[in-house]
Amino acid sequence: MTRRLGLALLLVAFATSWVLAQTAADRRRSGYQDMGEALQKMQDDDGGNPGLLFVQLGRQLWDKPAGSGGKSCADCHAIAGMKGVAARYPAIPKGADKPIDLEGRINLCRTDHQRAEPLAPESQDLLSLEAWVAYQSRGVPIAPTDDARLVPFRARGETLYRLRQGQLNLSCAICHDDNAGNKLAGATIPQAHPTGYPVYRLEWQTLGSLKRRLRNCLVGIRAEAPGYAAPDYIALELFLMDRARGMPIEVPAVRP
Amino acid sequence: MSNVMVNVPKTAKPGEMIELKALIMHPMETGFRSGTNGRIIPRNIIQRFAATWNGQEIFAMAFSPAIAANPFVSFFAVARQSGTIEFHWTGDEGFDVKEQVAITVG
Repeated sequence: MTRRLGLALLLVAFATSWVLAQTAADRRRSGYQDMGEALQKMQDDDGGNPGLLFVQLGRQLWDKPAGSGGKSCADCHAIAGMKGVAARYPAIPKGADKPIDLEGRINLCRTDHQRAEPLAPESQDLLSLEAWVAYQSRGVPIAPTDDARLVPFRARGETLYRLRQGQLNLSCAICHDDNAGNKLAGATIPQAHPTGYPVYRLEWQTLGSLKRRLRNCLVGIRAEAPGYAAPDYIALELFLMDRARGMPIEVPAVRP
Repeated sequence: MSNVMVNVPKTAKPGEMIELKALIMHPMETGFRSGTNGRIIPRNIIQRFAATWNGQEIFAMAFSPAIAANPFVSFFAVARQSGTIEFHWTGDEGFDVKEQVAITVG
C-alpha cells in the first residue's frame, strides 16, 4: 500500500516537474507578442507588410547577374534550397575557422563566386537579398548548428550579453532577462529573440539588420558600438540564436 | 527600379464593396532633415496618388512630408464593371510610377 502510494507520489512529482518545464519553455516570447494589435496585423498582412517590398526587391536581385563573373545567385542556388538557412546561421564556412552571419555569407558569395564588390552594411541591396533568403525560412524553427567549433564563439556571445558596459553600466541581460515585459519609458522591453531579422522597424522607416539593432542598444546604454565588421556582433548573434532555439523565423517582421 | 505591391481581389460581384491596398517603396524624405555633412537633404516625397477604374478616377489623395516612408494606402470601391484598375504615384524628382491590375466583375 505504502509502496503504491509512494509510486503514485513519484508519478505526480514527475508530472508536475514536466508541466513546470513546459511552462518554463513557454515563457519565451517573440517581440511580436509584446507589440500592439495594429502592428501585429501589419506584420501578418501580406498586402501591407512593408518588409515585403524588400523581399520583392531581393527576389529581383537574386536573379540579376553581378560582378565580373557575370553570375547571379540563381545560377548556383535554387531558392527553394535556401529554406532553413536563416534558421541555422551564423555558421563557419568551408575552409574558414571563424563564423559568419547570413550577410557575411552573401558577401562571401559575391567576392568568391560572382567576383563583385561586397555590399556595404545596411545597404538596401544587402538587406533585400538577406530578406529574400531569410523569407524562405518563414515559420521554420530556429535551429543553430551543433558545430563544436562554434562553442567558444557562442560562449563569448554569452559573456558579452552579461557584460555591464557603457556610462549607464548596463548589460543586455539586465533589460532583456531581468526586466523583460516591464516598461522602458512607454515601450515594453522585449526578450530580445532575433526571430525576425532583417526587421522592418517603424522608427527606422526601413529594413535593418540585427547588427543595427545591437548598435542601437549599445548607443542607448552609452557604450561604444564597434564597427559593423566586429566579430563580437557575430558572437552575440550566435548566443541569441541559441537562446531562441525552436522559435519560428518571422521574416520580414515589423517592430515599433 | 520601382517597387510596388498592390492587393486587389481578382473577381467581385456587381455592386460588391471591395478593398484595394497599395504599398510603394519610397523614402518620403521630408526636406527638413540635415545629412551627415550638415546640409539639408532636399525634399523628395510622393505628391499625389490616384486610382482609376477603366480610366475613371475613383480615388485620389495628396501626400505631405509628414507621411512615413514606404506609404501604404487602403481604400474601398464598389465593383461595377470588369476591366483595369490603375494606380498612379507622382512626386518630386520626376517620380512617376504606374501599376495596373485586372478585375472581373460578374
